[in-house]
Amino acid sequence: MRPDSEEALAACISDTREAVSIVGGGTRLHPGEGAGARLDVSGLSGIVLYEPEALTVVVRAGTRLADVQAALAAEGQMLGFEPLGAPGSTIGGVVAANASGPRRVQAGAARDALIGVRFVDGNGDLIRNGGRVMKNVTGYDLVKLMAGSRGRLGVLTELAFKTAPLPPLRCTLCLPGLDAAAAIAALTDALSAPFEVSGAAWLPDRGALIRLEGLERSVAIRADALRDRLAAHGEVVEVQDDPWLLLRPDGGDPDGDLWRIVCRPGEAARVLSALPAPVSMDWGGALIHLRLPADEMPVLPRFAGHARRITGAAPAVLPAPDPVVARLDAGLRRRFDPRGIFAGAD
Amino acid sequence: MQMPEPDALVLSRRDAIVAALRQAVSDAVIDDPAETRAYECDALSAYRCPPLAVVLPRTTQQVSQLMALCHQLGVPVVPRGAGTSLAGGSMPTADAVVIGLARMTEVLEIATGDRLVRVQAGRTNLSVSGAVDGQGFFYAPDPSSQLACAIGGNIAMNSGGAHCLKYGVTTNNLLGVTMVLMDGTVVELGGPMGEAAGLDLLGVVCGSEGQLGIVTEATLRILPKPQGARPVLIAFDSSETAGACVAAIIRAGVLPVAIEFMDRPCIRATEAFAQAGYPDCEALLIVEVEGTAPEIDEQLALIRDIAQGFEPVEFRESRSEDESRRIWLGRKSAFGAMGQMGDYICLDGTIPVSALPRVLARIGELSRDYGLPVANVFHAGDGNMHPLIIHDANAPGDLDRAEALGADILRLCVEVGGCLTGEHGVGIEKRDLMSVQYRPADLDAQMRVKDVFDPRWLLNAAKVFPLEVSASRRDARPNLPPDAA
Repeated sequence: MRPDSEEALAACISDTREAVSIVGGGTRLHPGEGAGARLDVSGLSGIVLYEPEALTVVVRAGTRLADVQAALAAEGQMLGFEPLGAPGSTIGGVVAANASGPRRVQAGAARDALIGVRFVDGNGDLIRNGGRVMKNVTGYDLVKLMAGSRGRLGVLTELAFKTAPLPPLRCTLCLPGLDAAAAIAALTDALSAPFEVSGAAWLPDRGALIRLEGLERSVAIRADALRDRLAAHGEVVEVQDDPWLLLRPDGGDPDGDLWRIVCRPGEAARVLSALPAPVSMDWGGALIHLRLPADEMPVLPRFAGHARRITGAAPAVLPAPDPVVARLDAGLRRRFDPRGIFAGAD
Repeated sequence: MQMPEPDALVLSRRDAIVAALRQAVSDAVIDDPAETRAYECDALSAYRCPPLAVVLPRTTQQVSQLMALCHQLGVPVVPRGAGTSLAGGSMPTADAVVIGLARMTEVLEIATGDRLVRVQAGRTNLSVSGAVDGQGFFYAPDPSSQLACAIGGNIAMNSGGAHCLKYGVTTNNLLGVTMVLMDGTVVELGGPMGEAAGLDLLGVVCGSEGQLGIVTEATLRILPKPQGARPVLIAFDSSETAGACVAAIIRAGVLPVAIEFMDRPCIRATEAFAQAGYPDCEALLIVEVEGTAPEIDEQLALIRDIAQGFEPVEFRESRSEDESRRIWLGRKSAFGAMGQMGDYICLDGTIPVSALPRVLARIGELSRDYGLPVANVFHAGDGNMHPLIIHDANAPGDLDRAEALGADILRLCVEVGGCLTGEHGVGIEKRDLMSVQYRPADLDAQMRVKDVFDPRWLLNAAKVFPLEVSASRRDARPNLPPDAA
């Protein structure tokens, strides 16, 4: 099924008698997702409205992320949450996954930039929530509920975002000598200072990475202050390339499964000590990607967060969800998808 | 304001219900009619109704016990933070028990390394910043009522403030909550970075106006305090030019922490009241930027260049703490100043910034048509307008006329692509206008969420949705079981 309008999509949903799997670019599927008849939303594409002076863009869900980013860059703007996408990634997929890049530590996640949605629920009804203004508390915020819902509640058709100005200058400082655990302390130190750090990550071959962005003189001042502050953690150098793109975890690896762990930075060292060295770390230590042998479950300490297998054969989330949360989750799914046709999203 | 008929069965069992509440939390129940009157309204004081009783618990456990009890007895519950809601979000009904957060003010955890703080939900907004000020941090959302309003109420209404242009509103700074559901179940939502493994339940709870549960504890994102901040005041000879200047500043890639707008009626009133020394002009902007002194200079130079293109009447850059204070003085006294001009209704519509000139012009026409003055003061960077409709509440028919004008202005906001409320919430105030912004299917989708969290619609049920739209759900509420209480 490849509907080319909201009406056609709604008709597809009301008429279907089988489970469907909503596919944008197909670049963000997790284990267990993608079963059922393929519902391709790439026919719903294009920018509906873009007002740079209001920092607002409205775009259809099947639009390629790269196309959205190019249109914004042409006006000196960007999606502030910095989604990193594989080729083919669509904006609907970005939202369904609440995919947010390094700038999340400063600018928030996809859900924070999302200000309006239109979607078709499991009954085939078109539902609108939010709008195209940044501040909106008119009724319940289903916008947030849809962000990160991975196609469980409905098929996204149109999305409104608040955009951000592209900073004129970017500077990346690096502490090359640090391992992951030592990096956390340096990143925490950087994020606890009033320097508006817009990226705080770690890569095995690069060490700790800290990014500053903004007006030229301002970046220079903050970079100097930050070098002084971080000197106690080791050698600080400025890097010329753009290591931030390397933080997108690549999907397929025949030799193992990729896991994604979200934790408090203060607990990251303890979580890491129970595991093999990570593939990357972002958000000041709150986001850890690591690879484990296929089908192996990590043994994790008790911590305030969760771990999810994002490649491989079978879904896995640790720890198991709280029973009350699971009940609310299931109740919402039942009310937005009473026939269970989005079962392909499991 | 139409409210549902109180449940006669609940009213008839008042004494038994109060006795049961008192048995659960002996020192926290208020039922003397002289004392419950203090809870008959919030800051939307035009509408009042004393509740059946008020309870002021101290712990999540007590809230859980009380909710379970009310659920069992079929008694409606109205949650209350500090009672500063401008939309009637915590106005009681006669058959309701108010559960107030006033005694829940503890700081539970400060973790500056994780850039978060965990507090009981009755703690005031400003005192959250106060708790972490010594460590060089602050909590960003800053509603004007921040000295008094409670974090729990901020979460219920997803409150904003002047500095939200840069830092976002409550939902962008909330990482987790402990919440008590109507049946007494305690649940924790959110997680590190505000992210849970499943659906974003925290995201839909924030801004749900106390209809999904009572938030008793909140984990909040805190930020390092900026090294300095400095405002400029830019005066123009027309509102349109001021609006165009706002668009140009944003377009140029500067993102100030605040861009505030005041029009002539508002400036005149605040000058008479606070004597801030504002220039004689049609409209003015207050733009504030942050950073170290050289960073501030760099940003303000850019803003000055942009503003010059619009030939301002005056460009007044603060040079000292005292000048900064004076620039903000008028803006911060605006609401008090309007109070001197008469009674007022404060609207809260949001519009796309591009529609600003058209909306201001149309508000002027409507004001003349209705014969009621309207003054405008608002957060221009994000289009959140606060038109103030001046009237005389004691003059027969004036309040009705002011409300009709307010409704017309809010319809206008929706018509140009905006919304009914940007930061105050719907409450009872804008409940019946919801159908202007949302179609029946849109409202039904929202009410389905309440069906899941509060299947019997006992919690703050007469708010947010037009009464006729929520009637079938509210009426389906099973009656008090005969053997209860």
